[in-house]
Amino acid sequence: MKRPNQLFRNLSAKIAAIPMIVTGLFVFVGGTVWTVVYSFTKSGLLPRLKWVGLDQYERLWSTKRWLVSIENLAIYGISMLVLVFVIGFILATLIDQKVRFENAFRTIILYPFALSFVVTGLVWQWILNPEFGIQSIVRDLGWKSFTFDPLYTPEIAIYGVLIAGLWQGSGLVMVLMLAGLRGIDQDIWKAARVDGIPAWKTYLFIVIPMMRPVFITTLVLVVSGIVKLYDLIVAQTGGGPGIATEVPAKYVYDMMFAASNLGQGFAASTMMLVTVALIVIPWAMLEFGGKKNG
Amino acid sequence: MKTIYKLLVVVTLICAVTAAFAEDLEVMHWWTSGGEAAAVAEFAKAFDATGNHWVDAAIVGGEAARAVMVSRITGGDPMGAFQFNHGRQAEELIQAGLLRDITDIAEAQGWKDIVNPPTLLDACTVDGRIYCAPVNIHSWQWLWLSHKAFEDAGLPVPTNWDEFVAAAPALEAAGKLPLAMGQQGWQQSGAFNVMMATLVPQEIYLAVYKDKNPEVAGGEEVAKVFKAAADARAMSAKSTVQNWNDATNLVITAQAGGQIMGDWAQGEFAVAGQVAGTDYSCLPGLGVTEMLDTGGDAFYFPVLKDEAQIAAQGELAALLLKPEVQVAFNLKKGSLPVRGDIDMSTANACMQKGLALLAEGKILPSTGQLITPDTSNQINTLFAEFFADPSMTPEDAQKQFVSIIETAE
Repeated sequence: MKRPNQLFRNLSAKIAAIPMIVTGLFVFVGGTVWTVVYSFTKSGLLPRLKWVGLDQYERLWSTKRWLVSIENLAIYGISMLVLVFVIGFILATLIDQKVRFENAFRTIILYPFALSFVVTGLVWQWILNPEFGIQSIVRDLGWKSFTFDPLYTPEIAIYGVLIAGLWQGSGLVMVLMLAGLRGIDQDIWKAARVDGIPAWKTYLFIVIPMMRPVFITTLVLVVSGIVKLYDLIVAQTGGGPGIATEVPAKYVYDMMFAASNLGQGFAASTMMLVTVALIVIPWAMLEFGGKKNG
Repeated sequence: MKTIYKLLVVVTLICAVTAAFAEDLEVMHWWTSGGEAAAVAEFAKAFDATGNHWVDAAIVGGEAARAVMVSRITGGDPMGAFQFNHGRQAEELIQAGLLRDITDIAEAQGWKDIVNPPTLLDACTVDGRIYCAPVNIHSWQWLWLSHKAFEDAGLPVPTNWDEFVAAAPALEAAGKLPLAMGQQGWQQSGAFNVMMATLVPQEIYLAVYKDKNPEVAGGEEVAKVFKAAADARAMSAKSTVQNWNDATNLVITAQAGGQIMGDWAQGEFAVAGQVAGTDYSCLPGLGVTEMLDTGGDAFYFPVLKDEAQIAAQGELAALLLKPEVQVAFNLKKGSLPVRGDIDMSTANACMQKGLALLAEGKILPSTGQLITPDTSNQINTLFAEFFADPSMTPEDAQKQFVSIIETAE
């Protein structure tokens, strides 16, 4: 019997996938290659092929604002990642204790996620404003020397942004974690109780390892949110005070559109891509490559 | 009753007839503060009177607006006309052939003879062709002072920068902010450039920004300017506002002693009903060197395909420099008109000072005409950092400034 041609197997599915494949190739891969190529040129307001070698990269890495941006993203990224998981998981376990009005609590905690980063940024800009935010309320209560104005202190301004980011993002992590916890078979809890294992140990050593898929989904969502951090900064601080809360994505945007220096913007976005690739590729190899051996 | 009915019919007919020729032209600009919006409404009114329709597309903030304008033009979705600061910002758009050559209109209207100072038209000209219609002259070199703030502090109103610096401690003791400064790089670097143009000889300004001479930029005279900028930083340390008009508002409400800002601040004082000379003072050139730069705004017209739109563009371009439009617009805007042959006697005391300086030819090219947006963006970043971080010494800042000037084109 003649074997059917491999090419025509699942033909309808393949045809249906063509638009997505084309989009993927041209828009994502093509756009990426184009950006990288033009990052070696002296493009100003408009792209033009005037080669300057590594000049754009040399300038990028000698620019203080870029270095501050990278540092801020690292501080924000690591703190966000750790705290959002800890807070999200703790909230989820608390809600999981079969509390009354669970729906109400869940809605309240998830609600900030329904707001855009722009709204979040503005709200927290007001809350952290020393003249009519937390500081003034506490001072009105009697603590005259109380000072809490992170957004006006360059050294800690990025943590002011972090607070807003956590407020907005924790709800989502909590809901995902809660879904994961509810997916754990009740029999496991019963077995653990029979063995006399305390609840916190059960969570830490039995439940969390079982929730691995949920953790990975959440990780991808949170990390992609961190790398593209832009709108929160623009709404909350505008990169200030000074350059204290600048982030790479904002540097790219400002170079491309405010400074009309596309080459510099492309160089910066290429560096962002390289950084993400450096983190994602080893992780993906561990995650997906290891299975063949194991 | 019947006459009213007839009248209505006639009006409707006229509307219908004019509507047939009316063309909607989308005009983009970043004039959104109170005084600015009132001024741009004058253009819209004059343009609508020609039977066309001005579709107002205002975007808050110059930087954001420029980004949208450029990406729409380069992306193949151009608007009918847009406001820009003339100078080097539009250079590349012109080179790429994306902007309409309006030399024919300029010649028909005789712009060469009426535009004063002629450098304004030069800033619109590339290879002998004219690409923009200058609409006003804006100068940065002004110090705005609140009379009430100084009265409250028990001081006479200063007449120059040094007296103002000397008055700062007394202002602070009276609970006033000495110098209002919006926490945005362009305002901070703008104030620095004003000091550069006025506190040291004019050759320094030109050597740094026109010739890009790193030795002068690192020299003693510029070091003085950086010291003055450090004074300004100390005086504005408690200024937490962002937008320039919020900072101007601190001066209007006498919460702050003064502000270094371009003459567009004038429009805010006017909207607040303040009178120059009695409620507030304006010192051109910070009261030290009376000298103004001739930056300003201009309208550019992207290349379009639609014939009717092109005709509407032409009508708008011709209209912008008409004497009555110039007077109405500039009085509201607080800027100086681009032609010297019109009657500005209704202008207030501050504008009269500006007009007099212009007539005497005490003018400088603006930084926007001398350096690229890339360089000015780097300088903005430097001063955003300098003003936010009191631990950054003037010497450090000057070192960074020199390296920016070295690589400037």
